[in-house]
Amino acid sequence: MSFLPYAVAGWICLVGLYGVVTSRNLVHLAVCLTVTQSSTYVLLLAVGYVRGGGPPIFKGVKLGTSAVDPVVQALSLTDIVVSVTVLALILALALDVSRHAGTVDPDEIAGMHG
Amino acid sequence: MSWVPPLIVAVPLISAAVVAGGDHVMPSRLQDAIGLGALAAVCGLGVVLMLAAQTHEVVDWFGGWRPRSAVAVGIDFAVDPLAAGVTALAGAVALLTLAYARIYLEQAARLFDALFLIMCGALCGFVMSGDVFNLFVWLELMGVSAYALTGFEVKEIGPLQGAVNFSIVNTIGGFFVVIAIALLYGRTGALNLAQIGQTLSGHKADGLVVVAMTLIVCGFLCKAAIVPFHLWLADAYAVAPTPVCAFFAAVMTDVGLFGVARVYWTIFAAPFGSHSSAVLDALVWLGIVSALVGAVMAFLQRHLKRMLAYTVVAHIGVMLAGIGLLTSKGLAGAADMLLAHGLLTAGLFLVVGVLVAWRHEGDELDLHGRGRARPWLGVLWLGAAIALAGPPYVGVYLGHALIDEAASGGGRSWVQPLLWLADAIGSAALLRAGARVFLGLGPMDDPLLSPEHGEKPPRRRARLGALTAIATVFVVAGAVVSVIPGLNWGTVAAADRFRDRVAYAKVVLHGLPVPHAPALRFALEHSTLESLLYGAGATVLALALAALGLYRRNVPGAAAAAVGRVLSPPVAALKAVHSGVVGDYVMWLVVGTAVIGGAWAITLR
Amino acid sequence: MSRRARIVVVLPALAGLAALLAWSFTGLPGFGSFRGPYGILLNRVATPERHMTNVVNATTYDYRSFDTMGEEFILFAAVIGIVLLLREDDRDRRAEDRVRSEMVRSGGGLTVGIGVLVGLWVVAFGFVTPGGGFQGGVAVASAVLLLFAAVGYRAWSTLGNETVLDPIEGLGAGGYVAVGLAALASGLPFLTNVLGPGIAGTLWSGGSAAFVNWSAGIEVAAAMLLLYAEFLEAHAVPVMRGAS
Repeated sequence: MSFLPYAVAGWICLVGLYGVVTSRNLVHLAVCLTVTQSSTYVLLLAVGYVRGGGPPIFKGVKLGTSAVDPVVQALSLTDIVVSVTVLALILALALDVSRHAGTVDPDEIAGMHG
Repeated sequence: MSWVPPLIVAVPLISAAVVAGGDHVMPSRLQDAIGLGALAAVCGLGVVLMLAAQTHEVVDWFGGWRPRSAVAVGIDFAVDPLAAGVTALAGAVALLTLAYARIYLEQAARLFDALFLIMCGALCGFVMSGDVFNLFVWLELMGVSAYALTGFEVKEIGPLQGAVNFSIVNTIGGFFVVIAIALLYGRTGALNLAQIGQTLSGHKADGLVVVAMTLIVCGFLCKAAIVPFHLWLADAYAVAPTPVCAFFAAVMTDVGLFGVARVYWTIFAAPFGSHSSAVLDALVWLGIVSALVGAVMAFLQRHLKRMLAYTVVAHIGVMLAGIGLLTSKGLAGAADMLLAHGLLTAGLFLVVGVLVAWRHEGDELDLHGRGRARPWLGVLWLGAAIALAGPPYVGVYLGHALIDEAASGGGRSWVQPLLWLADAIGSAALLRAGARVFLGLGPMDDPLLSPEHGEKPPRRRARLGALTAIATVFVVAGAVVSVIPGLNWGTVAAADRFRDRVAYAKVVLHGLPVPHAPALRFALEHSTLESLLYGAGATVLALALAALGLYRRNVPGAAAAAVGRVLSPPVAALKAVHSGVVGDYVMWLVVGTAVIGGAWAITLR
Repeated sequence: MSRRARIVVVLPALAGLAALLAWSFTGLPGFGSFRGPYGILLNRVATPERHMTNVVNATTYDYRSFDTMGEEFILFAAVIGIVLLLREDDRDRRAEDRVRSEMVRSGGGLTVGIGVLVGLWVVAFGFVTPGGGFQGGVAVASAVLLLFAAVGYRAWSTLGNETVLDPIEGLGAGGYVAVGLAALASGLPFLTNVLGPGIAGTLWSGGSAAFVNWSAGIEVAAAMLLLYAEFLEAHAVPVMRGAS
């Protein structure tokens, strides 16, 4: 039981990667990337959890009470921002692609190859 | 001196904010001046830092948060001479390519400059950082600005395809880095490279450390474009604006390898010390395979920028093999190759830019004979191509010679011929293209070479003389790298320090600098006979293969036909793998990571 | 390669990756038993030293503020990239205002105001309770976006346009670096807290980390609004014009 959260993170990561590989639509692909990225948040936050610990907010709480790890939360915040920005960029690219090629299927826009 | 590293990053970033934020109110001359001034400052500060770091690492703790009893509280920059050298190179290359871009590209939004500045600043932050999550942040910042710059020509489908492939593959690489960070944090509770290394060094490596190394190395190798993570590179470099390609080829792709080296020697060298040959073999083999695949694919191209992109893959492979030998000479060889290959390849990209602006074509066959009116361009191109083959004391020779010594010193003498062969094939492709374009040799068509979409020339009438001058600077600088006095010893000494984990931990965590004697000897080192022979041989081979590439249909008889029949299925398969479809690329990424992880799981128990 | 062939190749590879990840997870401490020195140290010292009761934001804006600067610039660069990617020489920016109901318009307008205030409150109290520059910035941006949905495109475009937002975004991003440089200029390491730590549990806590917090908030709000503006102009406006 104590490794279930990590397993969940791993599962989400692999499902997202499968989605990226088999996607038929650039927008769907971008969202699959987001799914894979969310596995990294789950893993970070799961790693930092302290059983019985409260949030690392000490307003009105006595110093020294057990709290979960604050560093991974800060890291997840950065990770979320990165994910949002890359998602936005890929969606902008998808918009441009649909305007030029009339399709958003990644298999059909491969003009350059070999 | 510790105020210099933050400035190297802060100056380009704040300049980018000013240039972009003031886009509608500032005159464009002022924006240009700010951008070029910031990059000149980066270059200058990088040189200052390189000199200051000769005696001991320059360490700066951001926010003044120094470590407490060897637990790092804040983020640090720990700069050794190799890192400082990369920042100086990045600043210089960015300055010159931005100047080129100002002349070459149409009056697009100043936002181009802002992205360029951010990309350069992020790169400098990446090489100086001493904190593993900070490395990830700079990696992503470099990536985001690079994706947008790749897709700059939004009116064509090619740049969009390149940007899509680039962004998706590199983003997944970034995820792998974060998973590795989470694993390492779970084990050590630290994000500082020195502290993680210290904590891991006492214990035997188990599954977590092996998988963390796999994921973080594969993540950085996505950026560094090593087989099988390299497939995005040709798509992206063929379509990005030429000055952007020059910057990418000169420094950005190479910092992926820097990341691998940094992470290996600060974190993983200690737990894997006794099993290092498993790591070594994997990295060396990845390097050799990348070198050969890149070189062969380059030979199969007619689109000049795509050809150059594949030669970048080939040279990165050589550099990874050098790093993978895990000795100071190997690392120093990789660093010297970075310098030479970076400058020469950037120069070649800039020459292609001039060709496109002048003749409105970027394809070897379409340009047949049309370069003859500008012989100086031909001299630059052919000269750079020869320098990339590495004849004795020209161009990439120094790097190769150091790698040769490292390989034979480690008892792996089969490495050198393969690496020199790869360089020869890559140069042969460039020589063939140059002969066709500038000398008019060879037939007008060749079905072996893959046709691609044409490149749209820049709209404005560019001043070709100024562009050629900038390209000349790069090619000449790259060609003379092997004869810079003292570079040989300087890089080996710097590599020694880069690999010294204990000294690094001492200066970062305890503030006790371990003094090093500066190694600035001004003389030319005598290299081994073996390297001289390899260098001369590779050059001759490159010329021969180029001639073969031009005139292969004139080779008589049944033997040639038989060779053709044997070679065409593998060639077709190789081309099919480079399909341009991002789903395929991600598939290969997953396969590659699983295979490397599996290999290390078996060999590193 | 066909999609079918890709699936056949990638499934075993994903299985291999799964095995590797599972193997690595056995090396992690069990869920809930993590005792990392970095986190424990920060939980212990952040409030007494920096007078910030929200240790996560103390980490983000003070101890690891350099990472946050990089992160802010990632957002900045991405928005610049999107503006470049979605640029068009001759875009027609006029659009029909579609919202007809007076109740929606006035209710929406009121909600926008409340939303912006809540967002600013989240930014301001970031060092005391959960919140901070990034969260509050996104909240403010979402509230302003409500202008488009509830009030109309014309009202939205008075705020959601480049001329207004570019300088604000530049101010936010540049301001962050400027705070760092100010510390450098006074002889301290980059991004050192040059003002005192303030009083814990109140609006004034954290010293110059508060400036960094607000820079981030301003930059994030402006960046998200620019992002929405670009996508709306590029995609929604033609759709609206086509449908009217």
